[in-house]
Amino acid sequence: MESAYDTGAVATIWRDGRPVFDRGETVCVIGAGASGLVAIKNLKEYGFGVDCFERETSVGGAWNWRNDRSPMYASTHLISSKPFTQFPDFPMPDSWPDYPHHSQFLAYLERYTDHFDLRQHIWFGSEVVRAEPAVPDLPAKPAGDGYWDVTTRVGRNGAERTARYAGLVVANGHLWAPKFPAYEGLDQFRPEVIHSSAYKDAAQLRGRRVLVIGAGNTGCDIAVEAAQQAARCWHSTRRGYWYAPKYVMGRPADQVNDLVAALRLPLRLRQWLFHRTLKMTVGDLTRFGLPAPDHKVYETHPIANSQLVYYVGHGGITPVPDIARFHRNAVELTDGRVIEPDLVILATGYLPRFEFLQPDLLSADADGRPRLHLHMFSRRHPTLAVAGLLQPDSGVFTLVHWQMVTYARWLRLREAAPAKATAFWAKVSAEPERRWNPAKVKQSTRHWFEISHVAYLRALQQTLDQLEVSAR
Amino acid sequence: MKIMRWREWTRPIPPVRREVLVATPEVDEGRPPVLFVPGFGHGAWAFVEHWLEHTASRGFPAYAMSLRGHGASGRAKRATLRAYTHDVVQVAASLPRRAVLVGHGASALVVAKALARYPARAGVLVSPVLGGLGALRGGGRRLFSRELPTTQARAYAARIGRAPALARWQLLVHRAPEPPVGDPPVLVVGSPDDRIVSRTGLANAARRYGGAPLLFPGMGHDLMLDARWREPIDAILDWLDKAD
Repeated sequence: MESAYDTGAVATIWRDGRPVFDRGETVCVIGAGASGLVAIKNLKEYGFGVDCFERETSVGGAWNWRNDRSPMYASTHLISSKPFTQFPDFPMPDSWPDYPHHSQFLAYLERYTDHFDLRQHIWFGSEVVRAEPAVPDLPAKPAGDGYWDVTTRVGRNGAERTARYAGLVVANGHLWAPKFPAYEGLDQFRPEVIHSSAYKDAAQLRGRRVLVIGAGNTGCDIAVEAAQQAARCWHSTRRGYWYAPKYVMGRPADQVNDLVAALRLPLRLRQWLFHRTLKMTVGDLTRFGLPAPDHKVYETHPIANSQLVYYVGHGGITPVPDIARFHRNAVELTDGRVIEPDLVILATGYLPRFEFLQPDLLSADADGRPRLHLHMFSRRHPTLAVAGLLQPDSGVFTLVHWQMVTYARWLRLREAAPAKATAFWAKVSAEPERRWNPAKVKQSTRHWFEISHVAYLRALQQTLDQLEVSAR
Repeated sequence: MKIMRWREWTRPIPPVRREVLVATPEVDEGRPPVLFVPGFGHGAWAFVEHWLEHTASRGFPAYAMSLRGHGASGRAKRATLRAYTHDVVQVAASLPRRAVLVGHGASALVVAKALARYPARAGVLVSPVLGGLGALRGGGRRLFSRELPTTQARAYAARIGRAPALARWQLLVHRAPEPPVGDPPVLVVGSPDDRIVSRTGLANAARRYGGAPLLFPGMGHDLMLDARWREPIDAILDWLDKAD
């Protein structure tokens, strides 16, 4: 292990009158959640020194329910089955179920950390305040520059400390800054309103009249728990969705789906097949009083929930349309109905946030939406990568693994073959934005990083092949 | 590197009970765990006989497993090379630290495949049977040198079974293993007097990983059971100490 940067190292660089500790060719990783851990492991495997900064005092990020920003609730289970969720080089135990519980996934991350000896690279309790290019005005060249000054702070009022790194991986997660939709009259509404990030346990619902807003996987999970625990449950969605079951023909549905995807059939045909399968397994949703989907499958983030339709059929969940406005003690729906819940849960999702980065580094537009090559490479700074900013139609962790292998290979290539690296970078910075999703995705705040795992992995495969370098 | 892995996503290997035997060193000095994978027809017992304890006595946590359908592991209806590879990776990933994978005989091929699916600390291929007609040659007394007393050799031979026909067939017709992940050092160990694997076979296997084989003349195919079992395992552990 390389010696720690604050064990008596003397700063030789100064920036704005403050010392900068030079960490040489070490790469900085922000966050020790699932994506951060994969980044450390793969960079290490490719021979890089790594410093990782984590604001919490343990690994796991969103998956660690002890963390105050964790969105976990007691019953969270994985949405994708094991083969799509695990890291491709560290399988989950055979003894685990198809869809593990979130506490199992945290145990998995902790075992990964210890197995690959990653803890020694992580600076716990350290928050990144700022990350900025070492030479701000220099035009980015693929070789030579690309250093980063990362300023961290221990605790809320700790002293700030800056170190210089050869690369920067942003793995701060995108499921911690709740998105609150603007509803008319919400501020006057008297009963309790919480965001799903504050929902932890079904006990919060017991005996109450609950309105769940949002048909993401979280919204559906909470609606199901409300059906089991609450006195009444309304589930408000702005459109009809395809509720895919978690099992089809006795096998995890995503595995069956990929059996078809492997055939490389045209999208239209796959959608037709999917619709047929849903028709046979789930049936006609309008019979249950649910609105008919206004789109084809693959056009919104897939919802995998076998229980929702079941509970609608048992009267536990009353499906209702979008909210028109909130009154003092009641909620008016777009169809004119008025309901009186005493608890409203906004399962309206999260927004990605990068407070420590200047938005232009990620070429972000006015809405703060970053424009990245392959949803990971900055187009302006060759050594900057964002890990795991994806909404795939499968598990995200397999994809992040290959993202980080790609990034590590890219850094190696810059060192080993500068000419090849220059050519690659010219392509990356000029390539128009692509969506890595053959389907027409419906507009929403996360639709822009909604990807098809097949299209995305194929693109990564191509990039990996281009970055091939002989063994070091 | 191939990242579209349809078969692994859509047709996961059904789990079976696995036999894993352990010998732990008295003091944990932070050395990597060593996982022994016995060849076709052998169970974990083949390593328990000498190598397992010896490895632990040299400070390495030592593990020996049986592939599905072998030893005390669960029966397998349809065992394939892919299922065996799955077994090895599952056990390796369950160990507390990054492991060294040691495969003997046909399991050297299984380990070579596992190295492409798990970033091992190192790989050791002992008397590797990576294909060819030699793979079909039977076992029995031929697996041991003359130095091993006949009664002992007979007793071992009686314990050795056969892998299912499908797996043996795959040994002849299989895709070459993908390159290892994480660039681990790989060592090939064998004997020029092995009656299953030829000397050129050993040299070819070693060349694939950019090295030369460590040779122990006068020994049979089953280095871990032969009379002079101590020499190869000491050489392997010395190599591991050096590689670390």
